[in-house]
Amino acid sequence: MTTPASFLTEEMCQQAIGQKSAARTIDVEKGAIIKFAQAIEDDNPVFNDDMAARESRYGGIIAPPTFLRSVGVDRPTYPFDMPFTRLLDGGSEWEYFHPVRAGDRITAVSEIADINERTGRMGLMIITSIVVTYRNQFNQVVATQTSTSIRY
Amino acid sequence: MAEQIYWDDVKEGAELPPLVKNPTTQQLVMYAGASGDYYQIHYDKDFAKNNDLENVILHGALKNAFLGHLVTKWMGEQGDLKRLACQYRGMDIPGTPVTAKGLVTRKYQEQGANLVDCEIWLEKQDGEKTTPGSATVALPLR
Repeated sequence: MTTPASFLTEEMCQQAIGQKSAARTIDVEKGAIIKFAQAIEDDNPVFNDDMAARESRYGGIIAPPTFLRSVGVDRPTYPFDMPFTRLLDGGSEWEYFHPVRAGDRITAVSEIADINERTGRMGLMIITSIVVTYRNQFNQVVATQTSTSIRY
Repeated sequence: MAEQIYWDDVKEGAELPPLVKNPTTQQLVMYAGASGDYYQIHYDKDFAKNNDLENVILHGALKNAFLGHLVTKWMGEQGDLKRLACQYRGMDIPGTPVTAKGLVTRKYQEQGANLVDCEIWLEKQDGEKTTPGSATVALPLR
């Protein structure tokens, strides 16, 4: 694709900001936590070993900090056609409020917090800041995740 | 369980014990399965090449997880991770080791919590920092 000099208008940005995804809910299975810990090669007993985790202050297995990625919440859809189909993850900032335990039911919603464009090595890039809020079955916010997605 | 670190004993400027990771294509597939991120640039070399990449690349989120491992291992069972941030500035490929490193940048007390800020990053063998970030943890008192 030959990239234009500019794509986003002020109006498009205003329409996009505040767009939310559908909510996604998952039950956090113990086996899923252990598989995740194995995949990232983190052998911390509180993420892997139920007996050891029971003796910890948590009283059972908890999820590693980035496990909530596996909830697989959708990205919010843009309220306009998005011709930039290549996607890179620019980074994430997580804030944590409560541990995520095996057996929790987590509901996540993502929302566009900001959108802008920049010209870089790969031509015009659309940079979207997306905030995901994760709540547990007690409606406590367990974590928020602010991610930067780069489309080019 | 590893030995617990206490807020009282932490010094600004101190290093977190480095953590070496040797990501392989197998690990990328395991991570894809465990996280549900099946974007093909992480395991399909042809797909990656069609996206102007020379090879499959590590998931940014896996690098984020490596940094989470670094910090949660250091803070111990009594520590609480409050914040974890990183930026994916450079790409990392399987078969190339990366080391997760960190430095204590600030130690302070706020609203009854004993907090420590750290600068954290992933570093290649040539010293390039592909994934700079930061973290805040609460630690117990002695």
